[in-house]
Amino acid sequence: MTSNRLLFLLPLATLVVMAGFFGWSLLSGRDPAAIGSAMVGKPAPRLEAPSLRAGEPALDTALLKSGKPVLVNFFASWCTPCLAEHPLLLRLKERDGVAIVGVAWKNKPEEARASLAKLGDPFTRAGFDLDGKLAVDWGLSGVPETYLIDANGIVRLHFRAPIGPRELSQILALVKAGS
Amino acid sequence: MIPELGHFALILALAVAVVQATLPLVGASRGDVRLMMLGRTAALTQAFLVVLAFGALTQCYVTSDFSVANVVANSHSAKPLIYKISGVWGNHEGSMLLWALILSLFGAAVAIFGDNLPDSLRSRVLSVQAAIGIGFLAFLLFTSNPFERLSPVPLDGNGLNPLLQDPGLAFHPPILYLGYVGLSVTFSFAIAALLEGRVDPAWARWVRPWTLAAWCFLTLGIALGSWWAYYILGWGGFWFWDPVENASLMPWLAATALLHSAIVVEKRDALKSWTVLLAILAFSLSLLGTFLVRSGVLTSVHAFAQDPARGLFILCFLLGVTGGGLALYAWRAPTLQPGGLFQPISREGALILNNLLLCTLAATVLLGTLYPLFLDLVTGNKVSVGPPFFNATFVPICAPLFAALAVGPFLGWKRAEIGPALLRLRIAFAVSIVAAIVAAVAIDGRATLAALAFGFGVWLIMASLSEFVGRVRRGRLSTMPRAAIGMTISHAALGVVVLGCVGTGAWNTELIRTVKAGERISFLGYELTLDKVEALRGANYIADRATLSVTVGGKPYTTLTPERRMFITPRRQVAETSIHTNLLRDLYATLGEGDATQGWVIRLYLNPLAPWIWLGAAMCAFGGFVSLSDRRLRIGAPRRTRPMAQPAE
Amino acid sequence: MLLLLALFTWPAFAVEPREMLTDPALEARAREIGRTLRCVVCQNQAIDDSSAEVAHDMRRAVRERLVAGDSDAAVYEFMVARYGDYVLLKPPFKAGTLLLWLGGPLVLLIAGAALLVAARRRRAVPIPATEPLSAEEQRRLDALLGR
Repeated sequence: MTSNRLLFLLPLATLVVMAGFFGWSLLSGRDPAAIGSAMVGKPAPRLEAPSLRAGEPALDTALLKSGKPVLVNFFASWCTPCLAEHPLLLRLKERDGVAIVGVAWKNKPEEARASLAKLGDPFTRAGFDLDGKLAVDWGLSGVPETYLIDANGIVRLHFRAPIGPRELSQILALVKAGS
Repeated sequence: MIPELGHFALILALAVAVVQATLPLVGASRGDVRLMMLGRTAALTQAFLVVLAFGALTQCYVTSDFSVANVVANSHSAKPLIYKISGVWGNHEGSMLLWALILSLFGAAVAIFGDNLPDSLRSRVLSVQAAIGIGFLAFLLFTSNPFERLSPVPLDGNGLNPLLQDPGLAFHPPILYLGYVGLSVTFSFAIAALLEGRVDPAWARWVRPWTLAAWCFLTLGIALGSWWAYYILGWGGFWFWDPVENASLMPWLAATALLHSAIVVEKRDALKSWTVLLAILAFSLSLLGTFLVRSGVLTSVHAFAQDPARGLFILCFLLGVTGGGLALYAWRAPTLQPGGLFQPISREGALILNNLLLCTLAATVLLGTLYPLFLDLVTGNKVSVGPPFFNATFVPICAPLFAALAVGPFLGWKRAEIGPALLRLRIAFAVSIVAAIVAAVAIDGRATLAALAFGFGVWLIMASLSEFVGRVRRGRLSTMPRAAIGMTISHAALGVVVLGCVGTGAWNTELIRTVKAGERISFLGYELTLDKVEALRGANYIADRATLSVTVGGKPYTTLTPERRMFITPRRQVAETSIHTNLLRDLYATLGEGDATQGWVIRLYLNPLAPWIWLGAAMCAFGGFVSLSDRRLRIGAPRRTRPMAQPAE
Repeated sequence: MLLLLALFTWPAFAVEPREMLTDPALEARAREIGRTLRCVVCQNQAIDDSSAEVAHDMRRAVRERLVAGDSDAAVYEFMVARYGDYVLLKPPFKAGTLLLWLGGPLVLLIAGAALLVAARRRRAVPIPATEPLSAEEQRRLDALLGR
């Protein structure tokens, strides 16, 4: 009889467990659209792209093996959220001396250049990926996305959103630890 | 003035609902007839007030009253009238109001048509119904007030999502909600029965028409949504296993199981606590769907603007309603007396198998829909659960269901022999085997799962027909209850749906080609010529329309005119497909990117048996309505003396 | 990412003629794969059904891998290495998805077994050929039905 009673409690128990998950999801502020990253913890992919700047050699994967952490930022001049993170990138370069490689994604080089000339250029080196082929290798879903590659060429951070103050401190902590 | 009137009516409705949820309940437990009678008056008053509120919002939409925030956000003065009206429920607040409206109308219907119910049962049902109503009305008033004013008043609105500006989708929500919310009556009956501590054949008979009505609307609503997806999304698919679709499929599966188990309660006084549980679960799954679509815990193609605060409110509401129901169930259900005994091979046994399989299907959909959420929370791993998963897990469970579905109606109650039943199915079996082989050889060129599924579809139709013909032969046609005719229609209709799904899903042909004006395409015996692509101007969009003249064997056959519409407010591009159907197959065309010099991208599909999916679904619901007409006769004339025992069907 | 959503003209075209392979066998394989890979910026859409930029790039990557001679499994591996299991519309069968894959069959097995056990137990009790309503039951039913 007791086991029978327990059987009748089973639906309620299932509901409570489910509701627990829902509550957890709602209260944790989980973003259902977040897709995660398969890149973190793996060696950085190839980084080969024509240079955005006249007279500079094309981007080369060797850039990521300089023995220092490097930030790789995919951006585009047509991308509004990129504008939001732009000042933070400038700050990272000028105040914190972080090496940043920029890649203009699906962006005509002249437009990307014009936009950087106007807003300030936070990049140590800059290239462009007009057809998005390089981006697939990086598991990119759109712009802006930012990767932190450590001194050993391993991806440590991957943000699929504009960098904000929280992301900034994560980057700085790892950069300081790595250099 | 009118928005305030609507708002005020909602507040009053909430107050009335509070009265309705409490006093009749007290009356029922004390045996106080006056308090019990209050339930009926309250239900009618509440319905009147919510109708008033809904009317007020509709009025705001029709007159484009842009002082109301909801109208601004979802309407536009240049919109055709029909979409101004459908705009009322094309958004979160308005659709919640529609929920509340249908809920209160069902409450009023119970009050009006519930003459034959004992006073105590009716009062309890109305109270539970009002308790659910309190949740929805409070949700509207406290988190989603559709009558909020806006100041300053903008000149025009933001417009309705163009995808929703479509006749198919305009009426999809009301019909679907009739199904979702109709299950609330079933839920209320289950709770009332638990409160009374009595579930018996009479209860099953009272609850059945409500379940059946809700089920019919749910069937139609789902079919309409699927049809819309088929012709608007532009790539010929009809079911995407999106969380929103799953949210409608789960209550449908539970309601289908309930319809069948309630028969066992009605005829054999068995499976009582299980049936009550299903009644609670069916509506709970409706609520769960609402929660999933509106809370933002999952992403979906069709989700409404999502808001965690609203999510928490619905979650608490879901916990209150479902948790309360299931707690009451855990407490009271063990005291329900188990009823009539039966052998495993019997009509009861077949219906239990039906329930087992339908519930497994519902569990599979539930697990697939929620698993990404669970896994993400527990491990942080992101996975996707999409159509290939459901095809691999859901479809195989359908096979034993379809196999058993055909045999069940041939089995007698209590105990039966499987042999004679199978013998009577021999022709159906032979025809299905031949159909599967023909499909494998002639269409696929080898044995495939599609051919097998095709055989199953034919099996369902043939078996239903065999059963019907058997009855007619035995001269039972004139005395055959409408419920039995309904069953035959619905079961056969399921076979029609299966055939449609197999044809469209497995045997469709696609052609994607860039075509210049005047160019000709050969497509499976059809010759299509792109005559022209012209620019058009609609009420609130601009469009490119292609004219494709189709000839077969040199003779003019039809003209297809797919369009690409760019809506102005909000800015969005929508493909307007053009479909020629002869009820056996659809010739389906969409127009893509392009211009006069480069040519235009044309996508063509030939979808064999595609119309059968929706014809079958409509037929399935029709079978339900036929069965319902039978019940209404019986329920509507309760005082007439009738022989108690039902003829064994 | 946010802007992509704004640019995202849905539902326009998915697979376009210019990206299709000339080899029909390879193209058919690409379509088969494309139907089971998720567009990572869309909501429950396969890359074949999506007009998003990144879906286009992923379709192209699939075709490049196939032309380079990759097997279907290698193409899936390529995508999973970059986008994670998330990109598969059919989740892989592994420790984390065990419950997902086996949950349905498990429900069926457990409930089926429980029913069989119950039926066996019941078989011990002989079933009377007919169970007429007792006079009391008949009266109750009549009363309930308002007769």
